[in-house]
Amino acid sequence: MKQIRQIIERMVTVMLTLSGSVTSLAILLIIIFLFKEGFGLFSSPSVEKGYALCVQTSNPIETLTPEQIKKIFDYEITTWDEVGGSKEEIMVFRFDDIFSMYPEEEFGTDYELLPEKLGEVIAQNPYIIAYIPEQYLPQKNTSVKTLPQKNIQITDFFGGKEWLPTATPSPQFGVLPLIMGTLWVSFFAILIALPLGMGVAIYMSELAGARTRKLLKPAIELLAGIPSVVYGFFGLVVLVPLIQKALNLPVGETAFAGSLILAIMALPTIITIAEDAMGGTPRAMREASLALGATRWQTIYKVIVPYASSGIMAAVVLGIGRAIGETMAVLMVTGNAAVMPNSLFQSVRTIPATIAAELGEAPAGGAHYQSLFLLGCILFVITMLISASAEIISKRQHNKEI
Amino acid sequence: MNKKTKQKIAFIIFRILGLLVVGILFWILGFILYNGIGAISWDFLTTAPKEGMTAGGIFPAIVGTLYLIAGSVIFAFPIGVMSAIYMNEYAGNGWIVRFIRIMTNNLGSIPSIVFGLFGMALFVNTLGFGDSILAGSCTLGLLVLPLIIRTTEEALKAIPDSYRTGSLALGASKLQTIRRVILPMAFPNVITGLILSIGRVSGETAPILFTVAAYFLPKLPNSIFDQVMALPYHLYVIATSGTDIEASRPIAYGTALVLIAIVLLMNLLATALRRYFGRKVKTN
Amino acid sequence: MIQAKDINFYYGDFHALKNINMEIEANTVTAFIGPSGCGKSTFLRLFNRMNELIDNTRLTGECLIDEQNIYHKSVQVDELRKKVGMVFQKPNPFPKSIFENVAYGLRVNDVRDKSYIVQRVEESLRAAALWDEVKDKLKKSAFELSGGQQQRLCIARALAISPSVLLMDEPASALDPISTSKIEELIHSLKKDYTIVIVTHNMQQAARVSDKTGFFMLGELIEYDDTKKIFLKPEKEQTQNYITGRFG
Repeated sequence: MKQIRQIIERMVTVMLTLSGSVTSLAILLIIIFLFKEGFGLFSSPSVEKGYALCVQTSNPIETLTPEQIKKIFDYEITTWDEVGGSKEEIMVFRFDDIFSMYPEEEFGTDYELLPEKLGEVIAQNPYIIAYIPEQYLPQKNTSVKTLPQKNIQITDFFGGKEWLPTATPSPQFGVLPLIMGTLWVSFFAILIALPLGMGVAIYMSELAGARTRKLLKPAIELLAGIPSVVYGFFGLVVLVPLIQKALNLPVGETAFAGSLILAIMALPTIITIAEDAMGGTPRAMREASLALGATRWQTIYKVIVPYASSGIMAAVVLGIGRAIGETMAVLMVTGNAAVMPNSLFQSVRTIPATIAAELGEAPAGGAHYQSLFLLGCILFVITMLISASAEIISKRQHNKEI
Repeated sequence: MNKKTKQKIAFIIFRILGLLVVGILFWILGFILYNGIGAISWDFLTTAPKEGMTAGGIFPAIVGTLYLIAGSVIFAFPIGVMSAIYMNEYAGNGWIVRFIRIMTNNLGSIPSIVFGLFGMALFVNTLGFGDSILAGSCTLGLLVLPLIIRTTEEALKAIPDSYRTGSLALGASKLQTIRRVILPMAFPNVITGLILSIGRVSGETAPILFTVAAYFLPKLPNSIFDQVMALPYHLYVIATSGTDIEASRPIAYGTALVLIAIVLLMNLLATALRRYFGRKVKTN
Repeated sequence: MIQAKDINFYYGDFHALKNINMEIEANTVTAFIGPSGCGKSTFLRLFNRMNELIDNTRLTGECLIDEQNIYHKSVQVDELRKKVGMVFQKPNPFPKSIFENVAYGLRVNDVRDKSYIVQRVEESLRAAALWDEVKDKLKKSAFELSGGQQQRLCIARALAISPSVLLMDEPASALDPISTSKIEELIHSLKKDYTIVIVTHNMQQAARVSDKTGFFMLGELIEYDDTKKIFLKPEKEQTQNYITGRFG
């Protein structure tokens, strides 16, 4: 009997140890999956997979950047000299165009003659750029030059100013507008939430009586407990129309609406942590200040707030973390235009909102899918940095409390 | 301006700010309640959506959310409690515990959309669960794991060491001590943590977007490999991309009210439980 | 001059001070002694109304400083605290520089004249016998000082706003013997300018520094007389017992 018990005991101990490692394992797995998928983007071709870009052999152009390709097919670049070639006008040719040039019968029953026809078209037009599937590439035609497939570059991703993941032939994965949008919305959210949160924290820790505090505390917990989708809904049906009417804007779905909602959502974090920090001010220090004839308000802003400054900093940092990672509410109220923000009253799009809005439509394994995972990596790294700095800052606070 | 006047002005501002925050809370709650109460009826809670989700009820979404709550709790609760027991009772105070604690905190601070991404990559695609209750529950379980660990650890920490030494001195083994002394004493606080995580799970949208949630699926699931509707996702859908957004507004209000009611109930339950057991311990 | 008349003080239901009457003369050192929990600190904190910071307390009786009832409605509590300085049991400097610690009382009382502040800081630090030790590092954090120096800094901080009364609540209990003797010397030298009331549970200290001593027990003032008399020929048996260490 006793032996069995010992064996069981040992087994349970092993199980407990294993479950102790679950969170670390989870983080490890998250890192592996996120980064594996995400960095796959940089080994994806900059032109959609399975397609190629062809020009005539006489064309001196050897390579094109994704941005140039996109501009050519958007007719923003119209002559070859803009990309380093001759002065002639570019002729844009998409695969579908072939069907308007030849009757269907000429391609053969299994489209086996299609490459030949494509070759013909390219040979006839010296200033053409053709976007065609690799399987119909005219192999034998000597006047056809396939532009080399370059992979998407890290600089394209982190330095790009355009996020057009579904553009053909060359999707644009410039993450800057998304990063700027996220920071923009979060920054103004904290700008709104900080004074408000500090005021309430001071009120709760220094002014309110025990009864008021007993009422306020659960109210703030409740504010933290409301699901973000409900905040988003509230923002959508109340704040957005309000902002539109009050400021006379064409649409109410703006960065400002996002900032307002995020400010409300970040309030509980800021209030709770700042209040804790201020409540930790030693009684002796308050008394010393009051005994010198300071008023309570002077004591608060000259002694208590400076003393709790690290804790307040931690509150701000964690509030920013909450704001940056928030998805649903922002997705519902900011309008989601992926452009570089330059005003509070225009539509912006954040990183989490982009993931939520696009992952459903991105085919698994494709460049678009991978780019969304890379966005996830960015988010992951940012939040890790934020929680690490909050940790360091609040350690400073504890050191003060010896 | 003398310092007395300054103080008066400052304090008035702080009072107003305090009121403002409470005001915001009541504004949100009141607004949802006022607009949503009309939609609530027995039919609303027990029938499926009809006519492109502009009529009918939200029954499949309620059932789906209940499934997800149950699934994530089954997954996260035992692991979370065991992990906390390991950290508090076995691992001592060395670097291992510190490391685990940091990792737990980090996991807790990861945005929920990243959990959604990860859940899709691991559970849906790699492990081949597909969009299913299983995948969604695992993702949500991972999300609330840090919360369960933290509350359990606090509950265990609150038990004075004298109980441990007392039990060990009577010849009980460590495991017996944990099972017969520590866990029963920590039970109320552990349950409080569980209730709070249920509240959290029922409101999360981002993690289930790509792991389980169905846009419209009036029939109930047959197995854990089926997709389900869920309340928060349903609210998102009918608020932003339904077939007729204006016509489905009353249903959106009703859904938001049900969602808030669940969260509110869980919070109240946790508070009440904490208070009830808190008093009981004190009078002993 | 401080006069306390029929003082009764309650923490909730607990009757902490019972019918206390006492007169303290200007420019003397008065010591309060007694076992812990006897009410001596509570009594001391009545003189600058610090007890008001604790919820659920009640006071009856009168407390006069320079003929004025300090609990009268017309008295501004921060003005009173400017006049009645206080030094606490543990050194409690603010997380600011040495200079700013001493200047704090002036600044919160709306003194804006920079040269005056500089002058007062130096005078106060000199009066607290700390100037020579810190004059080269006034900008350094107050936390860099030793415990004894910190306590003298707190005394300097209290002196800077020119109080007439200085309350000291066991000012040396957290310090080593050398720092303690420095504080005691300091009390001696401050007597000519300030009325000092000191709470201590160190009877030798009371005997060394004070002119008069009050002995408290269970919220009552048992005996109050010249220090010499209290220590050599006390009238009450309880005092005798406490002094000779038969309980406490």
